[in-house]
Amino acid sequence: MTERSPQAYGQPPRDGGLLTRLLEVDGLAVEFDTRKGPLRAVRGVSFHVEACETLAIVGESGSGKSVTAQALLGLVPSRARITAGSIAIEGRDVTGLSDAEWRELRGERIAMIFQDPLSALNPSLTVGYQIAEMFRRHRGTGRAQARRYAAELMAQVGIPDAARRLDDHPHRFSGGMRQRVMIAMALALDPVLLVADEPTTALDVTVQAQILRLLRQRREADRLGMIIISHDLGVVARVADRVAVMYAGQIVETGTVPEVYGRPAHPYTLGLMRAVPALRGTGSTLTAIEGQPPDLAEPPTGCSFHPRCPLARERCREEAPEPRELSHGRAVTCHFAEEVLDDA
Amino acid sequence: MPDEPLLELVDLVTTYRLRRAEVHAVAGVSLSVGAGETVGLVGESGCGKSTIARTIVGLVKPSAGQVLFEGRDLATLPARELRRLRQEIQLVFQDPYASLNPRMTVAALLKEAWRIHPGIVPRRDWDAEVRDLLARVGLRPEHADRYPHQFSGGQRQRISIARALTVRPRLIVCDEAVSALDVSVRAQILNLLQELQRDLGVAYLFISHDLGVVHHLCDRVAVMYLGKIAEIGPKAEIYQRPAHPYTQALLSAAPAVDDWRDVDRAEIVLTGDVPSPLAPPSGCRFRTRCFKAEDRCATEEPALLDRGGGHPVACHFANSTTVPATPH
Amino acid sequence: MTLDTITRLPLRAHLAFGTVLLFVAAGVLGPLLAPFDPTRTSPQDRLSPPGSTLSDGTTAWLGTDQVGQDLLAEVLAGMRTSLTVAVVTVLIGGGVGLLLGLLAGYFGGWSDGIISRVGDIQLAFPSLLLAILLAGVLGPSMVNVIIALAVTRWVIFARVVRGSALAVRDREFVHSARVMGASPARIMLYYILPSCLPPLLVAATVQVGLTMVAEASLSFLGLGVPTTQASWGSTIAQGRDYLASAWWIAAVPGLALALVVVAIGILGDLLRDASDPMTELS
Repeated sequence: MTERSPQAYGQPPRDGGLLTRLLEVDGLAVEFDTRKGPLRAVRGVSFHVEACETLAIVGESGSGKSVTAQALLGLVPSRARITAGSIAIEGRDVTGLSDAEWRELRGERIAMIFQDPLSALNPSLTVGYQIAEMFRRHRGTGRAQARRYAAELMAQVGIPDAARRLDDHPHRFSGGMRQRVMIAMALALDPVLLVADEPTTALDVTVQAQILRLLRQRREADRLGMIIISHDLGVVARVADRVAVMYAGQIVETGTVPEVYGRPAHPYTLGLMRAVPALRGTGSTLTAIEGQPPDLAEPPTGCSFHPRCPLARERCREEAPEPRELSHGRAVTCHFAEEVLDDA
Repeated sequence: MPDEPLLELVDLVTTYRLRRAEVHAVAGVSLSVGAGETVGLVGESGCGKSTIARTIVGLVKPSAGQVLFEGRDLATLPARELRRLRQEIQLVFQDPYASLNPRMTVAALLKEAWRIHPGIVPRRDWDAEVRDLLARVGLRPEHADRYPHQFSGGQRQRISIARALTVRPRLIVCDEAVSALDVSVRAQILNLLQELQRDLGVAYLFISHDLGVVHHLCDRVAVMYLGKIAEIGPKAEIYQRPAHPYTQALLSAAPAVDDWRDVDRAEIVLTGDVPSPLAPPSGCRFRTRCFKAEDRCATEEPALLDRGGGHPVACHFANSTTVPATPH
Repeated sequence: MTLDTITRLPLRAHLAFGTVLLFVAAGVLGPLLAPFDPTRTSPQDRLSPPGSTLSDGTTAWLGTDQVGQDLLAEVLAGMRTSLTVAVVTVLIGGGVGLLLGLLAGYFGGWSDGIISRVGDIQLAFPSLLLAILLAGVLGPSMVNVIIALAVTRWVIFARVVRGSALAVRDREFVHSARVMGASPARIMLYYILPSCLPPLLVAATVQVGLTMVAEASLSFLGLGVPTTQASWGSTIAQGRDYLASAWWIAAVPGLALALVVVAIGILGDLLRDASDPMTELS
């Protein structure tokens, strides 16, 4: 397999090895209009991604992680809107971009892969056409040349017999191969950022391992900044450098994976770690987090986790904690994080 | 293993007829579940594990082999006996959104079985029994008058479990019963299942693709691949000394929370996808993806035999490798 | 339905519902308001335009026909006929269609094969042509009109019911009931039937309107109810010869028919929206 060089597609080479801040999200808030009134799906979320780094946003359904991912690509649903905060891609504020400007940015600088590649691909066009289309539309590449690039890309994402499979339709591919096609399309124009929303959730375990390995390889080869949205703590442990844990629309804890997994500072994170069955060793007892996630239309007073928190006390009911830095790059949104650290 | 198993599958074959072809979704599986025991059935999509669940509860008819409950073949029982026995085997489905009739209240869902089988609970005790069941699965009495759509996923799965319990089953087949749930809620349901087993002595056949959940819950584990059992044995044997290359790959590929401790560890990543069950490979069904495959595997199908690893394995080159325990 | 949801309905819902209600009330109370006697003729009053004062001193608000009968009385009596035929036809056709659709949808296999093939054959044949054939063979009477129309309508209902039964049959909650030990009869009654009723109701509403048109068509051709009974179709047929001199004879029942069929169609659409599970959830 030959490594694709950025110059091949007329792109300037990226700087070599230095830390580059590709994405900076500051105080992002997204609201949905519902019958019951505004629903604050994302509330004051801040994070950043460097080149060649993978940030995982982990959370349960309704935590706001997918909406956050959509906002990064200017794809928030029509009944939602960004009410506060900023998103900067390579230093450029993209929060006020028009649809036309977004279309230009998407694919070129930031790309996304989805949980269900079958619904993200056009079922009536061949995969080769759809990949080649990226070059033809954005770069004005000729038909034959674009087709060659498409075959090259498909080979690079590990699709066997790529040249012959160009003319197959998406339904002829297995789930894992379809996800590879999606990755090929996402990486076609050499974006600097890749957002992967539950990229392996629909796949079998052995195929999931293949896709995770591919994503790691592409990150290294293309010096990508990657954001993985996942509910699976195991997947995150495998691929991420840093992790942001979301609950009820807020990031409750951030840090490197060893920091957050090894010594959780937020009671929710600690609860998650204790609620996941171990794969090795003897079967331990699971400690479940009692109760249900809150209804975001009527969030609890104070800290949104307090109704389920074993450490909750008066202050948590009254005063919402602000994110605070525990050490460099490690932040937590809890009044009593020190107690959690001692407990873990 | 107990002397007389509660449920025994003997060379079970279940076939689906498609337009042109027949698919052996289950291609000869023997398996037993003892009273009060939890047996895990793991495998990837299309391996036939859900078809086994459907065959056991009678939604699908087996095309060969036997399903024995307390030693009696379900296929040869008179209709009346069969109805009584069926009651003792219940199924909890994966999707709690689809498995509860949206037009029935929780109370009606729970009472339905008593309407169908009048002998179980006398009518005057129905309301009290509904309250008891709701309390047992962690719901409140006032939930009885609500409809399924008014509940969250975890609560619906509690309702499904309560519904299964209404007929006093001795075996509950859980078909991916916690797979649709979020981590924090999943732990609640797993704990509930364990608690019910302790209190009621019910046995589980726990079908899942999630190796962690199976590890947590099960006493014995069977690993399936393309309609056949690849390896079966006590949990500790399967997870710590897997002998089938597929089990080894599966365990290596399954993401675990502890994986961050050893990101660079050797990983078995299988190539390719599961072949179509319409045309399974000759010989050993796993050979097309196997890292140990040799010529013999294409011609000779390995039998499910104990080859010295302490538990039956269907591989010519079965070789138990001890999985190192992750440091804690 | 609460008062609140009624007031929030769109204007066309109120108009359509009001129209249908008015026609039904007129059909039921018609004989009291303006009695119709098919044997009575009044040659001196024939072909009077709407609003004329007749020889007996009464006012013919909608005019008179070619034998001097009051058109209002005739249209009201025709409404009664039309409504009776349509409702009874839909009840019979719907009942048969429901039963056969349930059998075909739930059991599938050979029962589905037979029922669906018979339906296909019948649908391949224009339904009005079939009704004309049957009505011609059976002879003019209200019962025969109903039989002829019901025979042409059951397929539509059977198809609707079969479709919903098929969709529900393999839903997980139905499997769950089977695992519980529920008999096929119980599953059909408590699980399949309730899901088939909303689409059946929508189809029935629309079919009431279409059956009224079909009845009028048969009567127009002289194959409908006997001439001793009023029918919009036969009134229109009579008025055809006088279109130039007395347009109202054909226009009044024609307008009535158009109005009521459109109103029923709107009601059907509203019902369809209301029974859509997506709108039900929000």
